[in-house]
Amino acid sequence: MTSPYAPHTDAETEAMLEAVGADDLESLFDVPESVAFDGEFGIPAHGEREARREAAKLLRRNDDLTEFLGRGHYTHYVPSVVDDLASRSEFLTSYTQYQPEVAQGFLQALFEYQSMLVELTGLDVANCSMYDEATALGEAATLSQRVRSVSGETILVPDHLRDGKRGVLANYADGPGLTVESYPMADGQADIAALAERMDGDVALVYAETPTVRGVVEERLADIGELADDHDALFCLGSDPVALALLERPADVGADVVVGDAASLGTGTAYGFGLGMFVTREEYLRQVPGRLVGASEDSDGRRAYTLTLQTREQHIRKERATSNICTNQAWVALRTAMHAAWLGPDGLVDLAEDCVTRPRDLAERLDEVVGVQAPVHDGHHFREFVAHTDQPARAVVEDLAAEGYAVHEIGEHLIQVATTEVTAEAEDGLVGAIAEVAK
Amino acid sequence: MTTYQQASWTDDDERYEPLLSEKANERVDIEDSPLPEDLTRESLELPAPAEPELARHYTRLSQMNYGVESGPFPLGSCTMKYNPSFTEDIAALPAAAVHPDRPDRTVQGTLGLSHRLQDYLGRIGGMDAVTLQPPAGAAGEFTGIQIAKAYHEHNGDERSEVVIPDSAHGTNFATAAMAGYDVVELPSGEDGRVDIDALEAAVSEETAALMLTNPNTLGLFERDIERIADVVHDAGGLLYYDGANLNALLGRARPGDMGFDVMHYNVHKTFATPHGGGGPGAGPVGVTEELAPFLPDPHVRQSDGGYEYYTPDHSIGKVHGYYGNWPVLVKAMAYITRLGDSGLADASAKAVLNANYLAERIPYEVPFGPSHHEFVASAGEQDAADVAKGMLDHGVHPPTTKWPETVSEALMTEPTEGESRRSLDQLAAAFEAVHGEDDGTLAAAPNRTAAGRIDQVRAARTPRLSWQALDSDE
Repeated sequence: MTSPYAPHTDAETEAMLEAVGADDLESLFDVPESVAFDGEFGIPAHGEREARREAAKLLRRNDDLTEFLGRGHYTHYVPSVVDDLASRSEFLTSYTQYQPEVAQGFLQALFEYQSMLVELTGLDVANCSMYDEATALGEAATLSQRVRSVSGETILVPDHLRDGKRGVLANYADGPGLTVESYPMADGQADIAALAERMDGDVALVYAETPTVRGVVEERLADIGELADDHDALFCLGSDPVALALLERPADVGADVVVGDAASLGTGTAYGFGLGMFVTREEYLRQVPGRLVGASEDSDGRRAYTLTLQTREQHIRKERATSNICTNQAWVALRTAMHAAWLGPDGLVDLAEDCVTRPRDLAERLDEVVGVQAPVHDGHHFREFVAHTDQPARAVVEDLAAEGYAVHEIGEHLIQVATTEVTAEAEDGLVGAIAEVAK
Repeated sequence: MTTYQQASWTDDDERYEPLLSEKANERVDIEDSPLPEDLTRESLELPAPAEPELARHYTRLSQMNYGVESGPFPLGSCTMKYNPSFTEDIAALPAAAVHPDRPDRTVQGTLGLSHRLQDYLGRIGGMDAVTLQPPAGAAGEFTGIQIAKAYHEHNGDERSEVVIPDSAHGTNFATAAMAGYDVVELPSGEDGRVDIDALEAAVSEETAALMLTNPNTLGLFERDIERIADVVHDAGGLLYYDGANLNALLGRARPGDMGFDVMHYNVHKTFATPHGGGGPGAGPVGVTEELAPFLPDPHVRQSDGGYEYYTPDHSIGKVHGYYGNWPVLVKAMAYITRLGDSGLADASAKAVLNANYLAERIPYEVPFGPSHHEFVASAGEQDAADVAKGMLDHGVHPPTTKWPETVSEALMTEPTEGESRRSLDQLAAAFEAVHGEDDGTLAAAPNRTAAGRIDQVRAARTPRLSWQALDSDE
């Protein structure tokens, strides 16, 4: 089979070969015999319909479960208009905006995305994306080493942290020789006294999350910011755009960098596919990793947009670049901006408030169930909470899967339940199923 | 010749399509929220367009943006080929949209698809094991270099340098530095390829790896690849393959057979996943059997009647918070399934044919050859950046300019297999037209695009990176 996406007719191929003076296609390859591949991959070709069937057949083996899952990857309802507009080929099939005169549309959309993050965080500079929350945290750690006022080499992270995030951070910390250490939690929130005890001149960055991976709203962020400031360390805060619509502004609690997964708006559950937010203070502008869109003027004197401050980047600065990132998550950012605009500030705040009341109400209902105590942590929750089960958590989770529900197992007798408007209608069923299996 | 005028929505003398914030900003105060007041912000000000306004805004923006479906996009080294629509439908299947924390046995479909893609990529690259976790090519490089580092350290062998040709992608240099290595830059030989003498001088017991593309950035196959591999391996180093140019070789040669130990695949460049205006990509990494124990955590393998995740013995750990850019991987899998052996081989053949045909037809000198998937022409006395702006007026996207630096005023051109002969002729006509322009005309270009020439100096000198910054400025 020839490639269906190469338009050449046989006659055209012949004419083109003649034009370049080649006998056949194979003679165009200047590959020495000794390394030439004369075998086969053994991958059969398919018609388009058959290729779709083949993929659907593979994926059909996924169990159909109603997911009450979160811990960093969330689903909110994404309006149809986001899919519709983001799928326009001028957006979807374009490249990085190296020729801004023909890429004003995407540049403006990214400029708007950056601006939304500036409003949500109260900080000055947002880049137009990192891969995900974990790699954004890794970049924040390396940023601390380029900031002159910071001298330490230790990165402090909360004890309640996703393993995946900790793992990625460890790889980013490896090159510059940073040490990653955990500080303890007290009832699901940062243990401020213990953190204060640990702080010294070797700390380069303190990381905290709100909500935490267990869904708890951190109540003493300003104290963490102050501790970091007192020791000339950066304060990096992890959150997401929905939570930021309601919770304290990072700028007001002394955050120097905000990271997080912004795909919680615009992209539903997609097996961990994310969008790394990276927002920081103006003073660190020239140390920011990744792409930045700025406003300028064109030859007609009208405002126009372009990628800017590219001397920070790998294609100019090579080994002295702020990061090796090239391809980012621009199209995911486009979707996030569309979704945020569709909601508007009212809709976004309503959604965030629902993320507070919904898990609270569900936890209350589960607390009534025999064999379950919920929530385990005092304090306010966002989207999710941890519950204690008298039965082993593993058995509870497995029995729930048999009933068609997925929740997290996070300890011997601890499960975690996340709920948003997307699972609203399934909550009754979940409560009933847990009542059956948790006795 | 094709003529072209990009749509341009203009609001007044000051601006084009207004910002969302200029159209419909709204401030809401946070009152009576379910949280205590000291835990909430005071207010939030964001755009609040009604859906019809939103649809019109983004449709207008899309019209002021150029994609592969708009016209030829011969950006060298970026492989802007056509992105088949059906792959979008596969990535959007509800069964593909599961949460990453589901237990293995409840997501056998996802693991099965991942396993098959790992297997296919291994066959295509001649590699023994493949991880899908790196979310982009540069992340793949970082993964590969971290694997090399872990391998050396496991052998009690501390090495401090990575050798990289001067014509390599900037990401290679930045990646090596990120992993804590010193970069040794390798000057190209007179024929544009690796100079073996220079390589021997650069390689030592400090060499952790040599990073190389093949065909290289000039589109030339490194004919001495086996000797290059020997020099590096004899010094105890590893050979890293940057997969940026793999679209030139499908079915003709495999990195694994050339002696490479570790490689990344750019699924956008080779397997037609859309680039989305800058991303998302995916950068799977393939390794030899010897390096497989160092792959990221977790990795998929077959188990009794199904698939499971496991942690490789000496895993470098995580390079993405979850499993990488899953929807992008699904699209790559769909493309490979559609084309199979024969289609993939044909795609490479047509990509190479197109580059050779175009190189033959343009008026600019191409100092190095024979070309494969791309060629680097020289704009000669003209400014390559101006040449690019001039081409914009002819309804084509210009080549990559001023890089690699080994060719003066470089026009790095990669038409891909997706262009027909007619479209290549139009591209050649655009080169021809610009070649005949005087410097003044080119300096004033473009004139038929959504915006005129944009002032880069002003953008960098007074950075205004948000609408908030515009307000305080104006």
